[in-house]
Amino acid sequence: MRAPVSWLRELVEIPADQSGRDIAEHLVRAGLEVETVEAIGEGVIGALVVGHVVVVEELTEFKKPIRWCQVDVGSDHGGVRGIICGARNFAPGDRVVVALPGTVLPGGFTIAARETYGHTSDGMICSERELGLGENHDGIMVLPEDAGVIGADAAPIVGVGDEVLDIAVTPDRGYALSIRGIARELAFAYGVPFTDPGSVIVELPAPASGAAPAECGSDDLSACGLFTMRTVTGFDPSASSPHWMQRRLVACGMRPVSLAVDVTNYVMLELGQPLHAFDLDKLSGRVRAGWAPKGAHLETIDHVVRELGPDDLVIMDDSGIIGLAGVMGGLTSEIDNGTVNIALEAAHFSSGVIARASRRHRLSSEASRRFERGVDRELAPYASARAAELLLEFGGGTYIGMTAVEGEYQPTSIAIRAQEPAEVAGMPIDDAAVIRLLEAVGCGVAERDGSLMVEVPSWRPDLTDPADLVEEVVRLVGYDQLPSTLPTSALGHGLTQAQRIRRRVGIALAARGAIEVLTYPFVGDRELDALRVNDDDPCRARVRLANPLSDEQPLLRASLLPGLIAAGRRNIGRGNSDFAIFELGSVFRGVAGESVTRPSVERRPTDAEWVALSAMLPDQPCMVGSLLTGDRTPAGWWGPARPYDWSDAVEHAQVIAGVLGVSISVARGSDPSFHPGRCAALMIGDVQVGVAGELHPRVIEAMELPERACAMELNLDVCGDRAAVIRPAPAVSTHPVAKEDLALVVADSVPVSEVSASLAEGAGELLESVRLFDVYRGAQVAEGHRSLAFSLRFRAADRTLDAGEIQAARQAAIDSAARNCGAVLR
Amino acid sequence: MSGPNTTFDPKQVSVLSAEAVAAMVREASDAIAVAQDLASLKEVRIAHAGDRSPLALANREIGALPPAAKAEVGKRVGEARAAVKTALDDRQDALELERDERVLAEESIDVTLPVVRETVGGRHPLTTLMERVCDVFVAMGYDIAEGPEAEAEWVNFDALNVPRDHPVRTMQDTFYVTSQESGVVLRTQTSPIQIRAMLERPLPIYVVAPGRVFRTDELDATHTPVFHQVEGLAVDENITMGDLKGTLDHFAEAMFGQGIVTRLRPSYFPFTEPSAELDVQCFVCRGASVGNADRPCRTCGSEGWIEWGGCGMVNPRVLRAVGIDPERYRGFAFGMGIERTLMFRNGVTDMRDMVEGDVRFTRAFGLES
Ligand SMILES: [Zn+2]
Repeated sequence: MRAPVSWLRELVEIPADQSGRDIAEHLVRAGLEVETVEAIGEGVIGALVVGHVVVVEELTEFKKPIRWCQVDVGSDHGGVRGIICGARNFAPGDRVVVALPGTVLPGGFTIAARETYGHTSDGMICSERELGLGENHDGIMVLPEDAGVIGADAAPIVGVGDEVLDIAVTPDRGYALSIRGIARELAFAYGVPFTDPGSVIVELPAPASGAAPAECGSDDLSACGLFTMRTVTGFDPSASSPHWMQRRLVACGMRPVSLAVDVTNYVMLELGQPLHAFDLDKLSGRVRAGWAPKGAHLETIDHVVRELGPDDLVIMDDSGIIGLAGVMGGLTSEIDNGTVNIALEAAHFSSGVIARASRRHRLSSEASRRFERGVDRELAPYASARAAELLLEFGGGTYIGMTAVEGEYQPTSIAIRAQEPAEVAGMPIDDAAVIRLLEAVGCGVAERDGSLMVEVPSWRPDLTDPADLVEEVVRLVGYDQLPSTLPTSALGHGLTQAQRIRRRVGIALAARGAIEVLTYPFVGDRELDALRVNDDDPCRARVRLANPLSDEQPLLRASLLPGLIAAGRRNIGRGNSDFAIFELGSVFRGVAGESVTRPSVERRPTDAEWVALSAMLPDQPCMVGSLLTGDRTPAGWWGPARPYDWSDAVEHAQVIAGVLGVSISVARGSDPSFHPGRCAALMIGDVQVGVAGELHPRVIEAMELPERACAMELNLDVCGDRAAVIRPAPAVSTHPVAKEDLALVVADSVPVSEVSASLAEGAGELLESVRLFDVYRGAQVAEGHRSLAFSLRFRAADRTLDAGEIQAARQAAIDSAARNCGAVLR
Repeated sequence: MSGPNTTFDPKQVSVLSAEAVAAMVREASDAIAVAQDLASLKEVRIAHAGDRSPLALANREIGALPPAAKAEVGKRVGEARAAVKTALDDRQDALELERDERVLAEESIDVTLPVVRETVGGRHPLTTLMERVCDVFVAMGYDIAEGPEAEAEWVNFDALNVPRDHPVRTMQDTFYVTSQESGVVLRTQTSPIQIRAMLERPLPIYVVAPGRVFRTDELDATHTPVFHQVEGLAVDENITMGDLKGTLDHFAEAMFGQGIVTRLRPSYFPFTEPSAELDVQCFVCRGASVGNADRPCRTCGSEGWIEWGGCGMVNPRVLRAVGIDPERYRGFAFGMGIERTLMFRNGVTDMRDMVEGDVRFTRAFGLES
């Protein structure tokens, strides 16, 4: 809502020394968010006067047409002056705005008497843009005759020097979508009296006898509780709205159209009541609010044909539907530049009905914005009287009278303990202050033994609960008066196991040189196809958005890989080619379930309701994934570069296993996105918790990744469930270690992990560790086999091992590997 | 192996003459003088002062001497051994000094060579900033609460007192899952975590809830469809708005430094009543830039205050929807955007930097923000 300060000052006696910024500060403290304070014609210094064009002489000897004008600026300013002007949109007799020599225009441009086009130009005839009033540069400003006398100060006439507050109105403050509402807040903020322009019905001429005003009605008084029509006939369609009204509309961001339209807009801005003017001659029969029949259509004044249904409250007459109630009028009954008889609708519609309509038709209008936030239930007749007054004053015509239908209206009453605001705020506010503040809001307050019965004013439909009244009181006392205290009884438990794990996994991977990314969860079939994800794979995203930002990516990720790959490609595109990136985040598995009946909000949902709500949601496990490409170690004085490979991806998983304190074993894996020969299945016991390795060459090609790019993805929730909550301490033996190295020849098809496991199994409890330190293939090893060199460490907890014990354990390990893996000691 | 003599042998005893002992000392001195480094000196020490050196052997012979000669010869050999030891120690000191000066100098390496063979990693600053926020509240006794990103519309809106047709639902541009009627949305705020906390936890409740939220905004310098919030909730008997203010003041101080305070301005959120906008005092200029054109402040735009988030007292309607008796319990809640916080706190000027995953951006933060 844009509010010119000059307009506000008309309703409230704001102290003269208060600037727009000062006023804005007062409003902000009252809870109205002032986004900008705009000075109209900022930068204009010095005199602007109303000039009267006396003579215009066309100069034709120049490249472009130039006018040499004689302009009367009044005897106080030197009478008639000669001024050169390039614009052509004026004629002798017009009123114009003249900047006299010495005046500074926006941009620091100082007007001076100067020689140009063979004449001394003694001032300037101004355009809107030159004064910083608007972008209109089509010509100079021609003022209406009533704008002001010759020589008068033109600044207030064109609005120069005024300021406009732009206020972002929160959804609860519908009343602040009017000058009236903002002025009421200001009156309280400055402690000055407020005369409500919406509380007195302006005096209109007695209705003409003999003629009957247009009839109106409401089919559903719960949706349209008040419907009024005022009729004015014999209106001059050529009359235009007065200059001051046009300027205010423009300052408020509206375009002047015609007197009738301007008046409805003006009164809406002033009082907050949307109005609609019908061409009476286009109406047939009684105009009423009612529900649209199924399959009905309406072409609204924005030339869009809208399909209507029984949920749409419409305005209709005997001809059919003529408007979408509270949102927008229809084309057929619209006033035009020949309209002489006007029927003025002012009604009250239920906010829910209008909000639904606005949402359904994706149509937000000045009217719907006000109705859905709540319009003063009592305001309609006051506002339409004000509009009729303006129509009669500027358009002539005859007042025929008003018809109305009205449902029952009970002002809202709220019971509240007088001390409740003080208790909520945590500061003393005595009963008398509470009553005084509620009355300042416009409430009627009756007190009995510390209990208040508060009657809410009709313009505050947002006040429905005691908590609303608490807010009114506390905000008017001032939030800056709140004490700064602390609650006392928080007893926390620290981070949960899962929360600690996520933090440490992040730290561990970053400490390993990986960079965390946070990618969008949106994916599309094209990426999933490129990743070769099967349709039946759990990683195939299946949770779909109804309104995705991009039709290319309507799905929610079921795997972190697409996002990691996108981020990776972006980096490569920017020349960052060596990296491991990782992400910790949820993915969406399965599908969203059937929708269920929503529980009431008047009570806690039952267990069954809560289970049903939860069952609608897809699974959302927390995953950790990484993408590795380029060099892990760059070439340097220490030697050649060492590129990231499959083993670094597996290492990421092992780093995470270390953080979790779980043992992740690696088996040969298969995953359609990964190289079939270079894919590791990450296992905890028999459960696969993830996958790591080199991406499939087809994936790399389709995704335009560097060759041999590697990736890892792990289900952190599943891993975390298996992490020990309390880790048992190891027994650290101080007895000497016995080291035994051995080389085993095994077939290539036998994975090292199996050989290691077999050795460990056979070696028994004396084994401290087993480590592979060399792999050999060559002449001394049979074809299709390799020699694996292991280092075994033996140690006992309680004694020094003797040679016999060591030899026995070593042999048991070898035997086990021979039995399980066909290993032969070399 | 020769042990101490038990019988007197005149032939052997001749080595203990004054001349013989002096010759041993001379030989030792000559060898010491020509030892050019510590390694050769070590050999000299073994040869002339070790267990099998002539002087050591001579020393052993003393026991075999007739008692009358023992004292004189013992003194002579003892002085000779002391002289050799002194000469060795002096030479040792000299050679060590030389080594320190010369040899270690020769061994010097350019230790300014680049040492980082692995590129340095980093955690996303949004993650670490959220953790920092959580840590402040964990230290105040709060637990960290969480909830799903795809959330029931009832939890995201209805239970938070956002009725179906309320303009707020259209204001927050919501991603709907499957269809507009499915009842499942991508949560538009972290506030649904409040509802879950109140449904699932025993009273009193003190939780802080970080999370990723979604709105249908296109990505540009100041908007992103996916962003992060941290939300706080306290529900207890006798909680006041003063407690909210005090908690936020403490929080602001912990985040931005001693003496930094907050300011509340009336506002509107359906789930709180009273509601307030939360501003934090500018931690850079502390308000000194206000009306001071010579010292403008980029962090706060010379306003002295920075818009930070929203807060208020939990609307009793919300308490009712989760079965908490509003006559007995009150609550406060607050929330702020983490992207926005990182922007003004760390000087990030473009939203896209936090979204795109450029490793150069995140690496600069290391493990902290
Ligand atoms: Zn500042």
